[in-house]
Amino acid sequence: MANGALRAPGMTGPKPVAGPQLAGQTSWASAIRLKDAGGQLADTVFYALVLFCALAILAVVGLVLYELVSKSQLSWHAFGFKFFLGQNWDPVNDQFGALPFIYGTVVSSLLALVLAVPLAIGVAVFTTEMSPRWLRGPLAFTTELLAAIPSVIYGLWAIFVLVPLLRQYVQPWLARYLGWTGLFEGPPYGIGMLAAGIILAIMIIPIISSITREVMTAVSQQQREGVLALGATRWEMIRMGVLRNARAGIMGGVILGLGRALGETMAVTMVIGNRPEIARSLFAPGYTMASVIANEFSEATGDLYLSALIEVGLALFLVTMVVNILAQLLVWSVTRGAPARTHA
Amino acid sequence: MPEDPINASSKAVPQINLRRRLVNAAVTFAAVGAVILVLTPLVAIFGYLVYRGVGSVNWAFLTQTPKPVGEAGGGMANAIAGSAFILLLASLIGVPFGIGAGIYLAEYGRNRFGDAIRFTADVLNGVPSIVIGIVAYGIVVLTQRHFSALAGGVALSLMMIPTISRTTEEMLLLVPNSLREASYGLGISRWRTTLSITLRTATSGVITGVMLAFARVAGETAPLLFTAFGNQYWNYRIDQPTAALPLQIFTYAISPFDEWHRQAWAGALVLIVLIVVSVSAVRIAASRGMLKGAN
Amino acid sequence: MTPEPGTEIGIQVENLNAWFGKTQALQDISMNVAAKHATAIIGPSGCGKSTFVRCLNRMHETVRDARVMGRVRIGELEVYNGTPAVYVRRHVGMVFQKANPFPTMSIYDNVAAGLRLNGFSDRRKLDEIVENSLKMSVLWDEIKGDLRKKSGASLSGGQQQRLCIARALAVEPQVLLMDEPCSALDPISSGKIEDLIFQLKEHYTIVIVTHNMQQAARVAEYTGFFLLGRLIEFDKTEKIFTTPSEKRTEDYITGRFG
Repeated sequence: MANGALRAPGMTGPKPVAGPQLAGQTSWASAIRLKDAGGQLADTVFYALVLFCALAILAVVGLVLYELVSKSQLSWHAFGFKFFLGQNWDPVNDQFGALPFIYGTVVSSLLALVLAVPLAIGVAVFTTEMSPRWLRGPLAFTTELLAAIPSVIYGLWAIFVLVPLLRQYVQPWLARYLGWTGLFEGPPYGIGMLAAGIILAIMIIPIISSITREVMTAVSQQQREGVLALGATRWEMIRMGVLRNARAGIMGGVILGLGRALGETMAVTMVIGNRPEIARSLFAPGYTMASVIANEFSEATGDLYLSALIEVGLALFLVTMVVNILAQLLVWSVTRGAPARTHA
Repeated sequence: MPEDPINASSKAVPQINLRRRLVNAAVTFAAVGAVILVLTPLVAIFGYLVYRGVGSVNWAFLTQTPKPVGEAGGGMANAIAGSAFILLLASLIGVPFGIGAGIYLAEYGRNRFGDAIRFTADVLNGVPSIVIGIVAYGIVVLTQRHFSALAGGVALSLMMIPTISRTTEEMLLLVPNSLREASYGLGISRWRTTLSITLRTATSGVITGVMLAFARVAGETAPLLFTAFGNQYWNYRIDQPTAALPLQIFTYAISPFDEWHRQAWAGALVLIVLIVVSVSAVRIAASRGMLKGAN
Repeated sequence: MTPEPGTEIGIQVENLNAWFGKTQALQDISMNVAAKHATAIIGPSGCGKSTFVRCLNRMHETVRDARVMGRVRIGELEVYNGTPAVYVRRHVGMVFQKANPFPTMSIYDNVAAGLRLNGFSDRRKLDEIVENSLKMSVLWDEIKGDLRKKSGASLSGGQQQRLCIARALAVEPQVLLMDEPCSALDPISSGKIEDLIFQLKEHYTIVIVTHNMQQAARVAEYTGFFLLGRLIEFDKTEKIFTTPSEKRTEDYITGRFG
């Protein structure tokens, strides 16, 4: 480096401010250890590696779609859209209609929502607004535990405890007093749509209540105090100050619970009865999309049979995806930024 | 009669107050009722599990393979080992990919593309597990022409990746930026900073995420039905059908034999103990010292 | 001002401009910083003084959308113009506003981090460097028993900051940049850091950003006054604080704004 150039710094700019002169020989410059160039190659390799991992997620979802779409082609070409309207599921004669499964999935999930939503919101309201402080942690932990129990254990419990209970006490009672609705008639097997709905409800309560809790906590304290200052009772404060502002988020939690219920397999398979029929009564056995795949996939002989099952899987995937995305958007609208403007 | 405004309101107020107070009390009562109603199945499930399970978990159960129908005794040793094997495979695939993707999201992904990845991870997280099973069947079982431990491991790993990557991202973002700056200031390269400073500081949080993902897939049955498939015997090979605890519980639960029911409860108890222990251990560890000292 | 004859230039800055996105944070900064002296950078908050020191070791560009133009030389090292940023930072120590020891590392590991993570593995040499650095930062006597036992985060605020100084010294830099090193400390801890700066400037070129004018007056031979991203005046500290040539400097010194 030419020292001369430095000694007379030709400074431009509005205000050259001179300091001391640069020494002819900077004594310490040699001390700089001129080793490698700073590992830029390693940085690039590392970046490529983690990018690869991130892209793997995209690839997996792409793969899921590809597998489902390509392997259901056979069935799609054979039945077209009628596949989803046909009521006849007859592997022996290669006739496949998925309507009973769609019906079973929808009805069991809706039943689960009807049972779960009030309870889950009640639990969330209690935990965030009413519970003494010391009880909040344990309550949250317990609901979390409920979420950690594997589906197969719920199913096991349902077979040996819930179903006998329904058969002996609940169903006779329902048939006697509510039989006129047509929803509760026929022989009380225990096993059937009602059992599936109840076990699903138990399984989705933790999701709905933890998300409701989350969005309720996101509602600012000022909202609460503002309503309380008007002389509202605690319930009025919760209703007007909290629930109204958290509405969209709670809806998101409910829909997320729906997504889980739609895709739930094992517990439902173990108690729903697995019969591809559409019946009005909730006592009757049914079948869901996830259950039919679970039961018949590994025994499916014949390409069309397998393809039909995969088409059921594709439909299930698309429905849960739409439901989950909707739920995410609703939850985000509350927890990130201002409460959603759902009303003027 | 002329209305006396003062008297009218003084009469009306206590009435409204009474109604409002009653509603308030009713709602409080309902909320408490909901809590009790929700806690009942939890208590019932755990209680019944312990009641039916404890008597059946014995040495034979933990060390023997299943006996043929009609013979008493036997156990689920091969299923426990098989589950461990499948979970090991799942973790070997899922943990590196999950953490890698999490690092990408936290350290490089603060942009549109990162948002797309985050969104996709959430979609993957919501895919029903049975569908994941179909996909693993398509990519592993069909190519190997075998049900196998590997197929089961792949299926479970696909379920672990989104959970691990999102928690890893969250934990890395909790690490204060000042630590990254301190490291850059020392001339430490970006990759070194990420691994030795950021990831190291977030270790306990990342482990929490991994354990939660692990606990979540440990009890999964649906994706194993036509991947690992199950096996009555020991299997040590990666390309052969393998027993798994949840599968065995399922098979036994829907069987008509009392002896198998008994074993299903025992298996369920073992499974739930494993899961609850890992979840609680993680919770305790997390509350003790996630990001210890980082302010 | 007249440059002191024989004083070496440690850092030479020419036409330095810096941006955050579209906002210009520094405009045409040119100055020569004396080697082995302390130079203080003062100015009201938001004047670009932190940005300025962060441009000297290329920390500025770690922020998203940040950009720099101009020339900086530290001795014979071209800070920009093709030199890798990591390489520059290895030769310039930096101490931040808030002490930021690595919380999962012991005291020893904190000091050794800069060398170890750059691939230096000679154990014995490392022990020696760690000890020397801690002695230099006057922390050794207080913590020598807990070197490997205690986490860096378990020290008091003032000790943490001195630990960070030791960590910066361990990589044997020639320049030490300090970005408001005392702003989060109590007066006694600040005093200790100031004493330390006095000792360190025998060996290092120090640039210290401070919002505390008394501190600038105490520790620095030279002082630069920044305002709205421009270097308004740069001179001997006494001159700046007694007879500044710029009206704006005088206003700031006398507390009329900022």
